[in-house]
Amino acid sequence: MIELARRAVEATVAAGAGDAEAYASEDAEREVRAHGGAVESLTAATRRGVGVRAWIGKRAGYAYGTDLSDAGIRALAARAAETARIADEDEFAGPPEPPLRLSPDIGGESAPEWPEALDLSDASIGEWSADRVAELALRIERAALEADPRVAGVEQAVYADSAERIAIVSSTGIEAEYERTGCYGYTQALAEGEGARETGLGFGLGLGPAALDAAEIGREAAARATEMIGAGKPASRGCPVVLDATVAASFVALIGRALGADAVQRGRSPFAGLAGDAVADEAFVVHDDGLDPAGPASSPVDGEGTPRRRLALVEAGTLRTFLYDTYTGRRAGTSSTGSAGRAGYRSQPSVGASNLLVATGDLDLEGLLAEAGDGVFVTDVAGLHSGVNPVTGAFSVGASGLAIRAGETAEPLREFTIASDLVSMLKAVRAAGSVARWVPFGGSVRTPPLLIGEMTVAGS
Amino acid sequence: MNELIEPEVAERVLRRALAGGGEFAEVFCERGARLTLAIDESRIESVQSGASAGAGVRVLSGGTTYFAHVDGLDPDDLVWAAGEAAAALHAGSAEPRPLRTEAVTPQPIELRPADVPAERKAELLRELDSRGRSAGSEISELTASYAEVRREIAVANSDGLLSGDDRTRVRIGVQAVARRGGEVQTGSETLGGHRGFELLEDDPGAIAEAAAGKALTLLDAGAAPAGSMPVVIGGGFGGVLFHEMTGHGLEADHVQKGASVYAGKLGAQVAQPLLTAYDDGRMPNEWGSDSIDDEGAPTRKTMVIEDGRLVSFLYDRLTAARDGVAPTGNGRRESFRHLPVPRMTNTYIAPGDAEPEAIVAEVEKGFYAASFAGGQVDPATGDFVFGVSEGYLIEGGRVTRPCRGATLIGNCLEALLAIDAVGNDFEMKTGVCGKAGQKVPVGTGQGHVRVRAMTVGGTEL
Repeated sequence: MIELARRAVEATVAAGAGDAEAYASEDAEREVRAHGGAVESLTAATRRGVGVRAWIGKRAGYAYGTDLSDAGIRALAARAAETARIADEDEFAGPPEPPLRLSPDIGGESAPEWPEALDLSDASIGEWSADRVAELALRIERAALEADPRVAGVEQAVYADSAERIAIVSSTGIEAEYERTGCYGYTQALAEGEGARETGLGFGLGLGPAALDAAEIGREAAARATEMIGAGKPASRGCPVVLDATVAASFVALIGRALGADAVQRGRSPFAGLAGDAVADEAFVVHDDGLDPAGPASSPVDGEGTPRRRLALVEAGTLRTFLYDTYTGRRAGTSSTGSAGRAGYRSQPSVGASNLLVATGDLDLEGLLAEAGDGVFVTDVAGLHSGVNPVTGAFSVGASGLAIRAGETAEPLREFTIASDLVSMLKAVRAAGSVARWVPFGGSVRTPPLLIGEMTVAGS
Repeated sequence: MNELIEPEVAERVLRRALAGGGEFAEVFCERGARLTLAIDESRIESVQSGASAGAGVRVLSGGTTYFAHVDGLDPDDLVWAAGEAAAALHAGSAEPRPLRTEAVTPQPIELRPADVPAERKAELLRELDSRGRSAGSEISELTASYAEVRREIAVANSDGLLSGDDRTRVRIGVQAVARRGGEVQTGSETLGGHRGFELLEDDPGAIAEAAAGKALTLLDAGAAPAGSMPVVIGGGFGGVLFHEMTGHGLEADHVQKGASVYAGKLGAQVAQPLLTAYDDGRMPNEWGSDSIDDEGAPTRKTMVIEDGRLVSFLYDRLTAARDGVAPTGNGRRESFRHLPVPRMTNTYIAPGDAEPEAIVAEVEKGFYAASFAGGQVDPATGDFVFGVSEGYLIEGGRVTRPCRGATLIGNCLEALLAIDAVGNDFEMKTGVCGKAGQKVPVGTGQGHVRVRAMTVGGTEL
């Protein structure tokens, strides 16, 4: 991989770029979908490609391709240089500078910033045969069906894994290469009762299949679907709201996006201008940690080869820092925080959170519900992509869950919305739960449930 | 018609795919090229050029689909993918039928975007920027984007089909931000088609003014109401309501798993007799149109609701075979990396009889959702939610003050039955629809429609 990335950088400089950076990746992936006690589909695949950033003076461009022959790389390099010529000048544009030599196997001085111990590969991926992971998907479905007689079926039980190798090379001297694996399983259970059908999602994730608990994934889906049977609409009002970990994670992912310096610098974040200010209750603490060994978004370096690290974002109620990549760091007169995200070789890096970790508190779920007293326990939200104004942070999203009466969960509720704005919500956090879990929705987040003092609930 | 795969190579790949048995094998080849650029802070940036090629091979055997995909179109890549797909099959080999080439006429493209100099695309974005910014001094930020995509595809299968398509799409979008004191509002607008650069010949700058106009209007917005009330939905992207709340439930894969509220309802009255709706993959140069679907079946116009009665689901090859019906040309895939599933193309409510003004005039107190930011539905329960990007109060039969941050929420069976007026106006808009991790371009359309009662999720109780 690193040889391919070097070739792409050389070709791009030869095509007229002053500087160049290549991101090459290769992966192997598989997926099993099960339904009705049988395997519905079995997928095996490989992907390989390279993406190149080119800088000509203060102009930047990007091109990617899958033709890795010498002729293909030359054509890709020419396109990268051409895109840079189309762009306007930007005084902050330019390649990342290497902090230190990064690849441990290149030799020379070992780099103190290279996290040698970060092992992101799980051997069980290679060891588990297609039949064995298919059985895992089937077990997820069986567990959902066996958990409760009211579960009529599942839409699908899915297992997927991938193993990838990534290399990043720049003309300024960055050379990094690493491997990682990952897998997940999920199912959507269908429960029937009281003349209606309800759905519930169960999921789990890890570095390899050995880390997945198929029975627990199935049980969670069944529990979430059956607990919604007979749901009605709540009355419209303002009241305390407990967000379960999956829902809290969805909001935390939105907050992570709003803390990206790009949105902030362009005036499109509700947190713009609030660095160092009080933005949350002290009960809400969140870190960005790209080095957490269990994090689905962990990697030794970010999408442009800068070492990952652990950063306090919101602590003691105060907004500590935004997330910076090379461009936004330069523009703010500071340096990258190792926060260049990358969706793959087909997209250029952009600033974003890695793993967001919300600190746990003292109360378990029962404790949070008791503290809420009378309110709503939200177990699912819908419409986050259309119901949130990313500039102001104002949101109104569809929700379902359970009523909270006298500190305990009561009847199921559906077809209501919860509305607030991100900063007001953070300031209204009254407590964080004591048990956190990883949730991969819209980002990588590890969070406990959260108790919010008041939100607007709109139902009947 | 296409150079993506030679017939002899296709036959070799299909034979390899069926080497371990199976009822059906298919190879799908694709070559894609795209260019995107944006303007932000009045500066052209994020210029990106992509070129990719690859293939997916699937084998159907005893109810299971075996699928493999690979980056690259060399015969060796294709044979490797066929071998991977067949790896788990160990029965006697099956024989593919001889290939016959289908003649397909792609959508007409007058001006290939790749033949237009890049500087003209940059100039277009500069025009969008200046037109939007000059719409009002309170416009503080503006971003605009341009995207062109060409996808050549070829599909060959063991039933003897060899077909292909050549698809070019162009889309521009504008997002404007307006500020007054601490008040911040956004407005956006898009224009797109399965068309060449000629799409942009007719005053594309108008969408920048429309986006800026929405943001400026919303500066005067008050809180949105909360509660149940009559809701009038605007034309064009208002059609996303029908797309989400009904269209997804008509996709046959959901139906056959019992994961659709429309399962078992074929022939039933699911809407008032004033409502007729279609999915039409053949609308000329429309954003969601293709000449064939991604399994090689010709696209077509399918009536899904006739005078309020449910008359058809939307099928791909697999689900059509299960129901014993002909495919409706709705087998779509995001790329060669994905399996085809039943998807909508251009879905719309046909124009009705009502004047749009009259639809509003009959509402004493209600909500007017002029446009949506998007929506989401759980097809199994029918629960849906829509984010309103431009909404107003209706008071005394008139549209009055704008509202910020409203969401519409409901259940599709009830809401579809509650549509009690369909306007005689009509407009199509472009969207990108996500399902099972795959995004495909879809068109949505309708005139103004009214829902008798729907929950508006605002903050004003």
